[in-house]
Amino acid sequence: MLGVITQFVSRKQAPMILLFVLIILPLAIKSDYLMHVLITIGLYVVLSLSLNLVAGFTGQLSIGHAAFYGIGAYVTALLMLNYNVPYWATIPISGIITALFGLLLGLPTLRLQGDYLAIVTLGFGEIVRLVFLNWDSVTRGPMGLPGIPSPEIGSYMFFSKIPFYYLILVILIITILFMVRVAESEFGLSLIAVSHDEVAAEAVGVHTTRAKLLAFTFAALFAGIAGGYYATYISFVSPDSFTFMDSVTILAMVVLGGLASIPGVVIGAIVLGLAPEVLRFMADYRMLLYGALMVGMMIFKPEGFWGANKRVRNVILKNLDKSHHLTKRGGTNWPH
Amino acid sequence: MFFQQLVNGLTAGSMYALIALGYTMVYGILKIINFAHGDIFMIGSFTGLILVKQFHMSFIPAMLLSMLIVAILGIIVERIAYRPLRHSTRLGPLLSALGVSIFLVNFAQLAWGTQTRSFPPSFTIKTFNFGGVILSSIQIYAMVVAILLMLGLHLFVHKTKMGVAMRATSHNVNTASLMGIKVDNVISVTFGIGSALAAAAGILVGLYYDAVYPVMGYTAGLKAFTAAVLGGIGSIPGAMLGGLLLGVCENLGAAYLSMGYRDAIAFGLLIIILLIKPTGLLGKNIQQKV
Repeated sequence: MLGVITQFVSRKQAPMILLFVLIILPLAIKSDYLMHVLITIGLYVVLSLSLNLVAGFTGQLSIGHAAFYGIGAYVTALLMLNYNVPYWATIPISGIITALFGLLLGLPTLRLQGDYLAIVTLGFGEIVRLVFLNWDSVTRGPMGLPGIPSPEIGSYMFFSKIPFYYLILVILIITILFMVRVAESEFGLSLIAVSHDEVAAEAVGVHTTRAKLLAFTFAALFAGIAGGYYATYISFVSPDSFTFMDSVTILAMVVLGGLASIPGVVIGAIVLGLAPEVLRFMADYRMLLYGALMVGMMIFKPEGFWGANKRVRNVILKNLDKSHHLTKRGGTNWPH
Repeated sequence: MFFQQLVNGLTAGSMYALIALGYTMVYGILKIINFAHGDIFMIGSFTGLILVKQFHMSFIPAMLLSMLIVAILGIIVERIAYRPLRHSTRLGPLLSALGVSIFLVNFAQLAWGTQTRSFPPSFTIKTFNFGGVILSSIQIYAMVVAILLMLGLHLFVHKTKMGVAMRATSHNVNTASLMGIKVDNVISVTFGIGSALAAAAGILVGLYYDAVYPVMGYTAGLKAFTAAVLGGIGSIPGAMLGGLLLGVCENLGAAYLSMGYRDAIAFGLLIIILLIKPTGLLGKNIQQKV
């Protein structure tokens, strides 16, 4: 099957064809439920790609990612409800505010490693959720913030799932393009170097402090944008949507998909996003099975659906090739 | 007011300490965070409830039997979900633990429903007044049981052959196995003891707060974990100290600052401790060699 496809489609054409299918998909799907599932998966892909920057490329275990998602959602919701800011203007604002929180959480990474860092991110996630829950005068506590308006373009209001689908598709494409650029850039390589051995990376001239802080900042930025989208799409935010379990779900997508592998993480988000829907026929037993599958997956295929080792090696080889050509042509040793 | 909060804090703290011991013992040996531990605690609470309600057992036998049952559960969980991953990456066991946690919570919801249950008021709650400080019989029970179990653990770890093997394994797994220690058995025993202590804590918490429900392991687990880190994860006295300290701090904080931020105080404290002294109060300092 795969062989037949690759005969007709080259590597370059494949993303274009996939994009075309994604663009015309709403024409074929008439069910609101299916559209909702697709939008949710899109949101999950953006979230897990953003976490992948920290947990995958940089190798810093973060289990509080839902906090950034939540901060983005609450900032967007509050701006739209209290100050009538249009959705489009809230994107940069909530993105930047969330990124600042990312920078803040990045600071402990300079001192802590491994499990200890994971604990700090966990504590951060819980504190953020508790602030949502207890800052009644602003967040209305457990009641949440209802009635968040939909985005508007001129006089056109987003009324159905279809415009929301295209909006998340645009956010998704921007995220993927950004992540692919990062993966192939020197910055991406420095992140991978940090994940492999921080001391060695420092020794070969990688600015590890900057690399780690930037990874956290960008991860938070994209999670914040996803959060803002969630707020306007669901039109309601409450502390229940940004719990420890949500952080864990996002992390599971990254790990089960394949750490540091962009296609892997996308597949992980799709599979885990679909699993609760596909397993719906099992009714009450589906989450039971979900937990068991997670254990089984770690035992039998710990590198994920699409392990990154090959991919990382390819990037490094490609970069080595480039520098090799440059030296042959009498250029500098390393392209900068 | 102050002494009342101190006593309440010590009660909560002794229960945190019992759960924290499970985290710290497993971390000491395997260097993994057993995220399913909070849910094992929850299963312990339910087992105790069922033994008391349906089998009409009295408190002490019900607690001992549920500790035994949950110890076996802990050993099985380790066999199935952690042992095959012992040589995998650090993330492997972590996610596997989260999978077990999801499984156990949903199992409890299917088996016993999502509503909150409570223990029958089998022993009348008496209150004692010590110069303005009110102590309930449940609080005394909880503290006495916790102290006895911790004493027992201390004796086990320091006076028995298995205890020596456990300490050796937590120093260095490879060296321990070269010295003829059956590391697999030691790990099983560790999981068994940790789970049994969590089960005891589960019953005490269920009695003290008068509530048993499937997601009760989440907050209790996180708090106990915080306590373990506070005291220095991997250190048994550290877990005891961390538990008591956390219980007292958050009760005093909730009384004098704000009730709603009780949990935030715990996590804030955790982050501050980690930033100032990452190894916790009684943790061993490990130098990173290059």
